[in-house]
Amino acid sequence: MNATGRKAKAGSGMSERPFTHQLLADMLRIRRMEEKCAELYGAQKIRGFLHLYIGEEACATGAMHALDADDNVVATYREHGHALLRGVPMDAIMAEMFGKAAGCSRGRGGSMHLFDVARRFYGGNAIVGGGLPLAVGLALADRMLGIRRLTACFFGEGAVAEGAFHEGMNLAALWRLPVLFLCENNLYAMGTALDRSESQTELCVKAASYKVPTLKVDGMDVLAVHEGTRRAAQQVRGEGGPFFVEFRTFRFRAHSMFDPELYRGKAEVEEWKKRGPIHSFSAQLKAAGELTEDGFLELDAEAEAEVAAAVAFAEAAPWEPVEDLLRDVTTPGAMR
Amino acid sequence: MAELNLVEAINRALDWEMAHDPSVVVLGEDVGVNGGVFRATVGLQERFGPERVLDTPLAETAIVGTAIGMAAQGLKPVAEIQFSGFIYPAMDHIWNHAGRLRNRTRGRLSCPLVVRSPCGAGIHAPEHHSESPEALFAHLPGVRVVIPSSPSRAYGLLLAAIRDPDPVIFLEPTRLYRLFKQEVADDGEALPLDVCFTLRAGTDVTLVSWGAMLNETQAAAEALAQEGVMAEVIDVATLKPLDMTTILESVARTGRCVIVHEATRTGGFGAEIAANLAEHGLYSLLAPVQRVTAWDVVVPLSRLEHQYMPSVERIVAAVRKTLEGA
Ligand SMILES: Cc1ncc(C[n+]2csc(CCOP(=O)(O)OP(=O)(O)O)c2C)c(N)n1
Ligand SMILES: [Mg+2]
Repeated sequence: MNATGRKAKAGSGMSERPFTHQLLADMLRIRRMEEKCAELYGAQKIRGFLHLYIGEEACATGAMHALDADDNVVATYREHGHALLRGVPMDAIMAEMFGKAAGCSRGRGGSMHLFDVARRFYGGNAIVGGGLPLAVGLALADRMLGIRRLTACFFGEGAVAEGAFHEGMNLAALWRLPVLFLCENNLYAMGTALDRSESQTELCVKAASYKVPTLKVDGMDVLAVHEGTRRAAQQVRGEGGPFFVEFRTFRFRAHSMFDPELYRGKAEVEEWKKRGPIHSFSAQLKAAGELTEDGFLELDAEAEAEVAAAVAFAEAAPWEPVEDLLRDVTTPGAMR
Repeated sequence: MAELNLVEAINRALDWEMAHDPSVVVLGEDVGVNGGVFRATVGLQERFGPERVLDTPLAETAIVGTAIGMAAQGLKPVAEIQFSGFIYPAMDHIWNHAGRLRNRTRGRLSCPLVVRSPCGAGIHAPEHHSESPEALFAHLPGVRVVIPSSPSRAYGLLLAAIRDPDPVIFLEPTRLYRLFKQEVADDGEALPLDVCFTLRAGTDVTLVSWGAMLNETQAAAEALAQEGVMAEVIDVATLKPLDMTTILESVARTGRCVIVHEATRTGGFGAEIAANLAEHGLYSLLAPVQRVTAWDVVVPLSRLEHQYMPSVERIVAAVRKTLEGA
């Protein structure tokens, strides 16, 4: 037990430690893993697109720790951190980044489509807004099957402009389905600022128009994210209907790996960086006497070691044999 | 004359037409301030203003649906969809409305709309960013489908597409955007939308392809020439309406045909061409028509990408097959 009255959750492969330290450790794991990914992208070990979550780690970290291991999770293409904290081993994530058969999607998903069915992680999703109706369907199936669990659906604020958001939100509310909508509002959808995209920039107002209860949370504050998500999840589990949480956050890096960033000023980025979730939380813990610099360095070193091991695993893992290319498109022998 | 790559040629064509026709409007996600994901619309908003170069919300249904309404009023919208895999929310409007306005009103309304979208694999991008959906659009009455294979054809065909009174799906092979440069006369000259282009004359076999695959197809023709096999190479360019006359005339001379496309095989546009050959050119064929296509799978991640796309070797092998027993 600790200041927040909770213990660290099992599943992240870390030893028992104060909950606050676990939150910090998990943010560091995401950060260090992604920094390495950026490096590997430069070395052309990871190809295609790579959408980094750097700056937004408090959202996935706080939120995932407020979910049960049995809950369904749906994410976006910026989902490396979500997969990791859902318990997908970093080895399997890194191998997937490389496109190797040992990856969590067996080399078929890559950075944008990390999947882990056993952990009920229903994937990254390259289609903006694509996850929302899917999440509604997962929740509807649970109810039809008599299973009590919720479906957490992460999406960016850009998805709010898609029809899928409105159709999904309405259905979840109309049928009172246990969907926890978690909107990571980092203020930009690629190059489009929220106020250049939405007539109503208060996203909670939009959700509320479907009679979905809402909560707006500081997405740079991991404890606030955790507490907000916990309360929202509790209500979903209790009353059954959906809930909409908006995390106010910011991505520190480019949208993907190439992005001239013509749409926002350096000053804005620098301003947000001052509120970086890792250093602000560690500073807070230090000020409260709950963390020493050595303690921080220890957590950081642990994250670095996990990353190094994951990269070694991915490097050594074999490629999918070419002959397998035609497999798993449809179910063999299922036609009659 | 300027040396331009394909994406620059697209940009020049848009620029020319906007400067000469005030009814041309560009809209899409990040086309204005950011100049488009591939920079195809760079500079247009500065030059023509935010009224004519509209940054839209992230909403493909609205982008194309709105563009159809604008087109019905006589504007000439050029809508950009960032990757062809994101076009499906707009499919409703393309299928159900764009291609039918004219029919529904017996020609009183038309829909001078262009939907531009990158297509095709070869840039190491996953799935939705690498697909070739041209056959889906070609299936639809009332819609034209164009895929350029070089900067100069991109320039001329895009101008024609914008000037055309009917909706045109203009698919731009991503792999060609910056692959090579070519002299392009930025003179506003359009190319016809109802003909195929013969890129290489030959007597032994007709190779029919479009888009980025013409790269491999032309390389295959070159390799075959070393062996003394003279291949004629046809760039279909406009899939719909399909200029079968050029293809049939060529096959009448060569007696053999290999169709090459990057899209998946089943229901691919190659099947349409092969069916036309069976209907109208069977007696000139000396060997069965061959298709070289992608496999019927989701575009794999980058390392297997080249296994997915037809290779020069596979094209050469298909040609050899048509020559067996010759
Ligand atoms: C349907 C669809 N349209 C366009 C895109 C291209 N695209 C990828 S990410 C993105 C911006 C999404 O912004 P947001 O939802 O805010 O998420 P963020 O990237 O900020 O995390 C766009 C336009 C896409 N992937 N899917
Ligand atoms: Mg965003």
